[in-house]
Amino acid sequence: MGYFANFSDFINMGGHALYVWLSYGITLVIFGYNLLAIWLKKRAFFTFAKRQLKREQRNYDA
Amino acid sequence: MNIKMPKWFYQLASPKWSYDIMGMLMPWFGLAALLLLVTGIVWGLMFAPPDYQQGNSYRIIYIHVPSAILAQSCFMLMAVAGIIGMVWKMKVAHIVAKSAAPIGASMTIIALSTGAIWGKPTWGAWWVWDARLTSMLILLFLYLGIIALYSAFSNKASGDQAASILTLVGVVNIPIIKYSVEWWNTLHQPASFTLTKKPAMPPEMWVPLLIMVLGYYCFFAYVLMARTRIELLEREHKSGWVTALLTDTP
Amino acid sequence: MNFLNAAIKRELLLALRNRSEIINPLAFFLLVITLFPLAVSPEAKVLANIAPGIIWVAALLATLLSMDSLFKNDYDDGSLEQIVVSPQSLALLALGKVISHWLSTGFLLALLSPVLAVMLFLPSEAMPALVGSLLIGTPTLSLIGAIGAALTVGLRKGGVLISLLVLPLYIPVLIFGAATVQAGALNLPISGHLALLGAMMVFTLLLAPFAIAAALKLSIRN
Repeated sequence: MGYFANFSDFINMGGHALYVWLSYGITLVIFGYNLLAIWLKKRAFFTFAKRQLKREQRNYDA
Repeated sequence: MNIKMPKWFYQLASPKWSYDIMGMLMPWFGLAALLLLVTGIVWGLMFAPPDYQQGNSYRIIYIHVPSAILAQSCFMLMAVAGIIGMVWKMKVAHIVAKSAAPIGASMTIIALSTGAIWGKPTWGAWWVWDARLTSMLILLFLYLGIIALYSAFSNKASGDQAASILTLVGVVNIPIIKYSVEWWNTLHQPASFTLTKKPAMPPEMWVPLLIMVLGYYCFFAYVLMARTRIELLEREHKSGWVTALLTDTP
Repeated sequence: MNFLNAAIKRELLLALRNRSEIINPLAFFLLVITLFPLAVSPEAKVLANIAPGIIWVAALLATLLSMDSLFKNDYDDGSLEQIVVSPQSLALLALGKVISHWLSTGFLLALLSPVLAVMLFLPSEAMPALVGSLLIGTPTLSLIGAIGAALTVGLRKGGVLISLLVLPLYIPVLIFGAATVQAGALNLPISGHLALLGAMMVFTLLLAPFAIAAALKLSIRN
């Protein structure tokens, strides 16, 4: 376990568990949000563009 | 202004070329970010020795410092992209600047919240009006202003220009803000123990920090390119290459 | 220079015709100051302690409040468009507008401030520092605020946005302005502080007109 003797020592962080894991948790959430935002933006564009394309196709057929 | 630039610079102005080249580069940056961040976090959390003064709480440095660095360099990048966009009338540069703003703001939020949390075991309070934290907070306000200005304009080209002007004004002001906040801080409290300034870190501490900084930059590049590509598609959705792309993919 | 003079004269004349635009920021300044004894405490010791900060924050907000209308009337009646297409330098005209705006807000705020300082029990030694810092500091506020006003003049919901854009940029002036008054209250030398505020003013004076001109051009085209 590297510097720590065992797993529970690692989780405990020498009594600073709350601060360390809260910081890393917030960072993880914000990183995750950045990735999620890409996916949402992409999906929003493709649904919009495909609908637009279909409408144009229909107008063209009619 | 007419400054001769290399050929790739003018190619960047083509939305399709930029879209393709970013699509090619993106996976590599994503992979590098994943490898660097995992290595850096495991090394920083498990293998780096604890700090003799702060114990294990100093391990927050591995996510705090890279985000603070990135938050500032992202603003510089937006300013440079804004200048390129205005001088050479390059739409792609404006789109890069616009896509960078929310990422920079989220990095600032990371730096602020991890700094505040780190302050609790170090200074005994969840928020301290420390010079670095205060400048970070002001940087966040600058980011929020720029993002709000982008969304206030219904005409995207005008929004790009307005936000670029504001970014340039902000970039000129950042050193002044930093200096005045530091001065204000020394005025109101004698120089106290700062979080990250320490005498000569041993290599087993700073090597993982360096890895994390590189990892953050790669992650930033990955997200920036992804956002830029989608924004390019949105702005160009009536042009031929986007329609071709849409009909090709199911 | 003639053009600059003419621009300042025109703006001052317009401001004199529409007196509420001059009186409103001053009334706002007075009102905000009145809120603090009511909200915090009427005790002389407490008020004297926070007076430098309160007066500076109130002056800053009063300036900000008056910024919104800086280009609005000219934008609405189309004269801004005429000015942008005219061969005269837009940066110079913007400078003229800001100068006359400052004369009708910041300058008057500085003149009014000793009255408020007495009401907040600020020691009389701090008066020169207060008036001096406001005289040198508020032009910077007007110049930076004008950038925000020019960026948002074409938008319907410019009011809240302009404060979001401009307030972070006001912070250095606020820090040094309030510190000048605090130093004055402690009988410390203030020439260094005033010099720094002056440096900020000159720096902004050189750069801001171009940013204002660029912002006005894009607002017209929008």
